[in-house]
Amino acid sequence: MNIFSLFGKLSWNVFPTNPIAIGGALTVVLSGVGILLLITFLGRWKWLYREWLTSLDPKRIGVMYIIVSFVMLFRGGVDAIMMRTQQITSVGASHGILSANHFQQVFSAHGSIMIFFVAMGLTFGIINVILPLQIGARDVAFPLLNSMSFWMFFGGAMLLNLSLVLGEFSTAGWLAYPPLSELYYSPGVGVDYWIWSLQIAGIGSLLSGLNFLITIFKMRAKGMTLMKMPVFVWSVLGAMSLVTFAFPILTVTLALLYLDRTIGTHFFTAGAGGNMMMYVNMIWAWGHPEVYILILPAFGVFSEIVPVFSRKRLAGYTSMVLSIFAIVFLSFIVWLHHFFTMGAGADVNAFFGIMTMVIAVPTGVKIFNWIFTMYRGHIRLMTPMLWFMGFVVLFTIGGVTGVLLGVPAADFQLHNSLFLVAHFHTMIVSGVLFGYFAGIMYWFPKIFGFKLNERLGNLSFWCWTIGFMGAFIPLYILGFMGATRRLDHYSTGLGWQPLFIVAGIGVAIIVLGVFFQLLQIIVSIKNRRKNKDTTGDPWDGRTLEWSTSSPAPFYNFAVLPVVKKRDDFWRVKMEREEGKEGEKPVYRPFEMPKNSATGLLIAFFAFLFGFGAVWHLWWLLILGLLGVVITAIVRISNDETHFTVTVEEIEKIESSRSHKQYA
Amino acid sequence: MNKKYQLILLILVFLAVAGAVTWYLVAQNAAALPVLHPVGTIGEQERWLMIITVLLSAVVVIPVYFLLFIFAWKYRDTNPNAKHTYLPEWKHSRAAEIAWWLVPAIIIFIIAIITWRSSHTLDPYRPIHSSVPDMNIQVVALDWKWLFIYPDLGIASVNQLEFPEKTPLHFHLTADAPMNSFWIPRLGGQIYAMPGMDTQLFLIASSTGSFHGLSANISGNGFAGMNFTAKSDTPEEFSSWVEAVRQSPNHLTLSAYQDLAKPSEYQPVQYFSAVANGLFQDIVMKYMMPGVEKMFEASGTPSMSGMQMTGISSASASSTSRKTASSSGVSSSSAPGSVLETETSVQTGSSSSTTAQTVKPKMKPMNAGMPGMPMNMNE
Repeated sequence: MNIFSLFGKLSWNVFPTNPIAIGGALTVVLSGVGILLLITFLGRWKWLYREWLTSLDPKRIGVMYIIVSFVMLFRGGVDAIMMRTQQITSVGASHGILSANHFQQVFSAHGSIMIFFVAMGLTFGIINVILPLQIGARDVAFPLLNSMSFWMFFGGAMLLNLSLVLGEFSTAGWLAYPPLSELYYSPGVGVDYWIWSLQIAGIGSLLSGLNFLITIFKMRAKGMTLMKMPVFVWSVLGAMSLVTFAFPILTVTLALLYLDRTIGTHFFTAGAGGNMMMYVNMIWAWGHPEVYILILPAFGVFSEIVPVFSRKRLAGYTSMVLSIFAIVFLSFIVWLHHFFTMGAGADVNAFFGIMTMVIAVPTGVKIFNWIFTMYRGHIRLMTPMLWFMGFVVLFTIGGVTGVLLGVPAADFQLHNSLFLVAHFHTMIVSGVLFGYFAGIMYWFPKIFGFKLNERLGNLSFWCWTIGFMGAFIPLYILGFMGATRRLDHYSTGLGWQPLFIVAGIGVAIIVLGVFFQLLQIIVSIKNRRKNKDTTGDPWDGRTLEWSTSSPAPFYNFAVLPVVKKRDDFWRVKMEREEGKEGEKPVYRPFEMPKNSATGLLIAFFAFLFGFGAVWHLWWLLILGLLGVVITAIVRISNDETHFTVTVEEIEKIESSRSHKQYA
Repeated sequence: MNKKYQLILLILVFLAVAGAVTWYLVAQNAAALPVLHPVGTIGEQERWLMIITVLLSAVVVIPVYFLLFIFAWKYRDTNPNAKHTYLPEWKHSRAAEIAWWLVPAIIIFIIAIITWRSSHTLDPYRPIHSSVPDMNIQVVALDWKWLFIYPDLGIASVNQLEFPEKTPLHFHLTADAPMNSFWIPRLGGQIYAMPGMDTQLFLIASSTGSFHGLSANISGNGFAGMNFTAKSDTPEEFSSWVEAVRQSPNHLTLSAYQDLAKPSEYQPVQYFSAVANGLFQDIVMKYMMPGVEKMFEASGTPSMSGMQMTGISSASASSTSRKTASSSGVSSSSAPGSVLETETSVQTGSSSSTTAQTVKPKMKPMNAGMPGMPMNMNE
């Protein structure tokens, strides 16, 4: 191969050929073109560029994260539907709708998308939207870096979607174990797409992690000591410390795999001294903390929702904080439970098994504390609270099955079966997704100034919960029936088909739930005047984000709050009731960062770099790298990155808002 | 819908699902639920472990469910009594706090002891106590089929594993393919079969029967077809099966093995009445470094630098499908440069060694067709 080759591995044969794959490619291309045309038709390019694409406002960045996550949820959901259809139809003599190779691409894409581009996107989206508000800050510590992280995430997602149109995706599963993912067994570009879409998004996540860590440490409002922080902030602190320690492992692992595939090193190959078990250890040393990176902020969301909807303080604040850090610590010493069946020996297996179970203790404590927050409360059973109830019901099942899988000798019988698949879907769907759905419903008015429709939210909750049980409880049973994961075909005599059909019906109900969620957003936008939040505090909240008006102004707080207690806004409201009026706020000018296209540009060049790396277009790779460096240099040379918000401007904005900030 | 009824609905949905699952698990016959109806001590112990763990977890889980629904019911704002019970500043009870740290901790402590002990007693490498001597079986995961070698009997079969009941089975496993996981749900737990590695597993069947066996780890295109039948026989049935295998005209010489190792999907059952000596060890060792060096010497390429160069150029062979890639890997083994003649004695399956025949195939060492070594692809 010529390293100066202009076209690398590209040729006319890279386009999909079978009808379903062509359908996928056309959907991507047409929806992409459709969106671009729509923006052009509405004449919104300038607005979009100024207000959103180049925005450094973490609230807007958070909203963009959530929108991209929902788009990717759609794609991952279509993958799920295809998998279910295949497993329902591919029995005995019939081989279903997909070829084995296509089916394997579909489940690999489903897993990668759902973890990296849906769950991660929602996590960072919610954190961006709410964290600065909750700590009484105007911004994150590094606004530009934040924008860059988002665009890297977006670039990774686009690279992954591009695999539908050009070439193929990985067939090696969402974690691409070698030697299957090595060049010998996967000679196409699929694994390279997987590596680079994760690598680009992963570097974005790592930078985000550092950014939020520093934001929490350096940007809290005056008086907000660590032990006065809302528990959501604590949980983000825990998750972001995990990001900081875990994501470098992923970056290195992916880089080594790429070197194996490209320049013929032998880190993980089957022969020549390579060690595939090293890869499995490394990927899970990242992969297990990753699970907690996703779930801890969701726990944090529940820790905010339960007190507000029970109109009571959170029970056991100190316990909650301790349990977060117990989980953070333990999550780094359990990774081996993902491969007890590798033959590590009884002592090693037992150690990791026991550590795994120990995590159940702090997690259980959190659940008890939430439940005792409800104790003697005044509970409003609105949709966010229902998501919480559904979460406890399902997550507890996931916890029990998790303990079961954590016993090595029991795991030998359940590993890689559909029981395992059902277990981690229980954790991620009922834990992570339910948490973020509740969070979106809860914080929506703070961002957009109006509440979401309660009735449709309710319906979507019921569809998700019932659909989830329909889709995944059968998989637990299928595990007992000896069904392993990732099978594109099975024989009739095994009797698995009826349960796959039930699971398919469950998926259909979940789809209905997603439909209600979309409808909820559309209907709520239509009725936005009716559901307008004029108080800034629609739920009778307790934390600082509810002290500013809805939607929050771009600077969050005209006057930075001073915190005296936990749940400080609640304290202020109580004092107000007692007749203690706050002093009239005195505005002072402050600086905010100017919008910048730097993040967008750097991510664009990183995308080119990734595309070049996938297709061995080395000139493009170098171009992308140069682009990143030059953009960074240009930005560094620019001293005019901030602008001053004057007192007049603040007064103008504040007086146009119905709600006055408390002092 | 009234909020109150939503709570009731949630409870009803939960109970309905629990009921349906219980009914389904009870109504199914034993063969359909292999994990819950194992045949053999390993599987049985693993099942008991699951049941005990679930029961112990229930000590924590049931109170969680009760408290959740009772609190949600009792303290809902539409409850007329809610005003009287409301205590907005209640946040802490030391006794309760201690209880929910301690009770789960005690449960986990008990499960931890069980875990420690069961991890040792059910360690896949731990021999099974029995008056009957172990039966040795070597398992090779190939693309995409299972090869079972009976080293003591000198026979081999593909996708069909037979053994006498009540006999401890001592498996040695490896792969000449990507990582697979060897699983016979009715007998008990699985273990990975990995290239270059020799893992072990002990299982036993307490009665006769025919069980489904499969791979639990994705290994490529034909993965779903990696099924085999694991048949537990009476001693008589087993001897007649061995005789049947010995009638097979096929011998598993190295070249026959290399043909077999080529990727194939939904492979039918195949028998071999003779197996090349030390085949299993050769398959394990072919991934080891010295073999690689020998190959480099044989093919006349300088060692490490050559490796990198060929590695890069092989990357250019991008659009070749996996199948063609691996078959070219095998065909490269017949390339003249890498031929080293070896004599391989083949042990026949016949019980009396007098009829033992010696096959002297001309073949090169195993490592010439080594997967995972991209350089083979451009020869």
